[in-house]
Amino acid sequence: MEFFLQQCVNALQWGSFYALIALGYTLVYGVLRLINFAHGDVFMVGAYLAFFVSTSLLAPDGMFGFSREVVLVLTIPLTMILTSMVGVTLERIAYRPLMRKGAHRLYVVITALMCGLILENGNLALLGASRRTLPELLDKTVYHIGGIAVTNLKLWVVFTAVLVFFALYFIVTRTRIGMAMRAVSWDRFALPLMGIPLEQVVVFTFALGSAIAGLGGLLFAMSYPVLEPYMGAMTGWKAFIAAVVGGIGDIRGAFVGGFLLAFVEVMVAAFLPSTFRDLFAFSILLIILWQRPTGIFGKPLTTKI
Amino acid sequence: MLKRACTFALACATMLAVSGNVLAADTIKIGFPIPLTGEIPKVGESTKFAAELFKEEVNAKGGLEVGGKKYPLEFIYENNEAKPETAINVTLKLITRDNVLAIVGPQSSRQAVPVGAVANDNETPMITPWSTNPDATKDRPWVFRAAFLDDFQAPVAADFAGKQFKAKTAAVLFEISNDYSKGLADNFRNAWEQRHGKGTVVAYESHGPKDQDFSAQLTKMIAAKPDFIFLPENYSFVALAVPQARDLGYKGPFMGSDAWGSAELMKLCKDACKGQFFSTHYAAAGAKGATKEFIDKYSKKFGYVPDDVAALTWDAIGIVTQAIQKVGKVDGDLRKMRKEIRDNMASMKEFKGITGDMRFDNQGDPIKCAVIVEINQQGEFTFKESVCPK
Repeated sequence: MEFFLQQCVNALQWGSFYALIALGYTLVYGVLRLINFAHGDVFMVGAYLAFFVSTSLLAPDGMFGFSREVVLVLTIPLTMILTSMVGVTLERIAYRPLMRKGAHRLYVVITALMCGLILENGNLALLGASRRTLPELLDKTVYHIGGIAVTNLKLWVVFTAVLVFFALYFIVTRTRIGMAMRAVSWDRFALPLMGIPLEQVVVFTFALGSAIAGLGGLLFAMSYPVLEPYMGAMTGWKAFIAAVVGGIGDIRGAFVGGFLLAFVEVMVAAFLPSTFRDLFAFSILLIILWQRPTGIFGKPLTTKI
Repeated sequence: MLKRACTFALACATMLAVSGNVLAADTIKIGFPIPLTGEIPKVGESTKFAAELFKEEVNAKGGLEVGGKKYPLEFIYENNEAKPETAINVTLKLITRDNVLAIVGPQSSRQAVPVGAVANDNETPMITPWSTNPDATKDRPWVFRAAFLDDFQAPVAADFAGKQFKAKTAAVLFEISNDYSKGLADNFRNAWEQRHGKGTVVAYESHGPKDQDFSAQLTKMIAAKPDFIFLPENYSFVALAVPQARDLGYKGPFMGSDAWGSAELMKLCKDACKGQFFSTHYAAAGAKGATKEFIDKYSKKFGYVPDDVAALTWDAIGIVTQAIQKVGKVDGDLRKMRKEIRDNMASMKEFKGITGDMRFDNQGDPIKCAVIVEINQQGEFTFKESVCPK
């Protein structure tokens, strides 16, 4: 029983990262019907930005020499803002020109894939291949609760993922800009006629999705402190699968899908030989998609890519 | 018209390439297919630094003396991205286009095992400094190595851990797609169960090449209550797995293998890795003689203590250049040169390297000693004991 509960804790932590990335995928898809395949790499950029922000602020090597608590408090918003700028830049220089020319959605998706590769290899060219590690911003404490070991960092990660989900859900369903986002997804062509600035809504969507990826990147860098340019690719793809299984375009779907994927992965490794982890995990997801091709929360649409 | 221009350009390029080959006889070319980027970039960097140091030293004296004439060394570095398929491509390029006399590398078994086949098929002598998987040289007369084998290293680790930790049971975590990690894990399990009985390896878990979270596997391992955890992993995974195990409440020791010995390990792993042991090829702290000389030169030039990769690369180049010197002359016949270099390497009686004295057995594997290193509280790799083949 203890063993099972410990594995649940493991899955909750790992699922939080999938959920944070999947939310970004689903947000952009929900509004633009575009799969932003560069999102996993935006997440990677977020982790690197967190590294640069925190090392430049931290004493004794940093420029400002703040203490660790102050650095952590400052790093969170700075990383989110800088990462959202990266996301918006991608939208501005890569996707918008294509959309304006009326290119088919397929070309934009391929462009997104290319942007991801550019981010990975640009990082490699710029910073070299040597691994980075985030300075410790939080004193790690291990709590033992009835035979289950959990660190304060893991609790923060899960708490943040849940908080982000509710915040996002609130923005999309209860605010004016959220209403505009839903309107874009409903009918992009009628929208300008109603006086809603389409491109501003799109920019806001990208900024929001990328900011969440940046937050995820920061937490990831704190939990798994080995940063490398390709770290976002695999995690990003898996998070995309999580979003699809949950029903892409639906925020609840991304959240549930992220945790579902992590639970399946962890439990397969826990109760079967870990050699088969990905094989079994993805076979199970395939079966779920057979039963519900649109995902758990998804609604059938006439056109999808 | 365009077609004709193309043909002309192609003809010119061919002529240039041919004339390039003729000119190339003035230098001694050695190819390095090494991981400059990818999973283990520090390994590639160490290889390149050690090679550059060797080259500068030889070329400062006018070059390598072969049959009374001096030839400058020319080293060609190709990035294998730590991927088997890229490693094969760049090695073929080195052999067929750059016409190198010999190949030094690749470093990791994951690339060295497939690349060994390529070198062997193309009859080019190859020496991998760091690969420890037996398959890299097995039944390949053209392929050699400078490091000891996994089936030697695994019992060394098992014996030491049994003695040091007074351990009866062990748990193993390894990377499934890495020939090095998998081979060492298998060998270790056999060695351990031979000594302590069947079922004493209480957990035997694996992960994929891109995984970052091992908490599921580690929870399973910790639940089996092993006396220690054996981690035959690349350093970047060590830096993830050790702290994660601590977070899950594991308090016991870890035992590592030679892939731990990177200069980057302590930068990534920090305090979590202090006090752990691993088996390797040489220990930098407390070295003497030629080894110390090398360490001093290297640290002065590049600003950090060379890891085992650098030391083994230095020895591997030493073996190759010694074999080239024994050929006695450099002529244009590449096939003949390569054949003679191979024969000289195979018949080498003894090579005094900075990682110890060695000679080759009939599989092209060296017979040499292993070292157990302790990571002390300052994060230095210190000599604990030396284990020689019986």
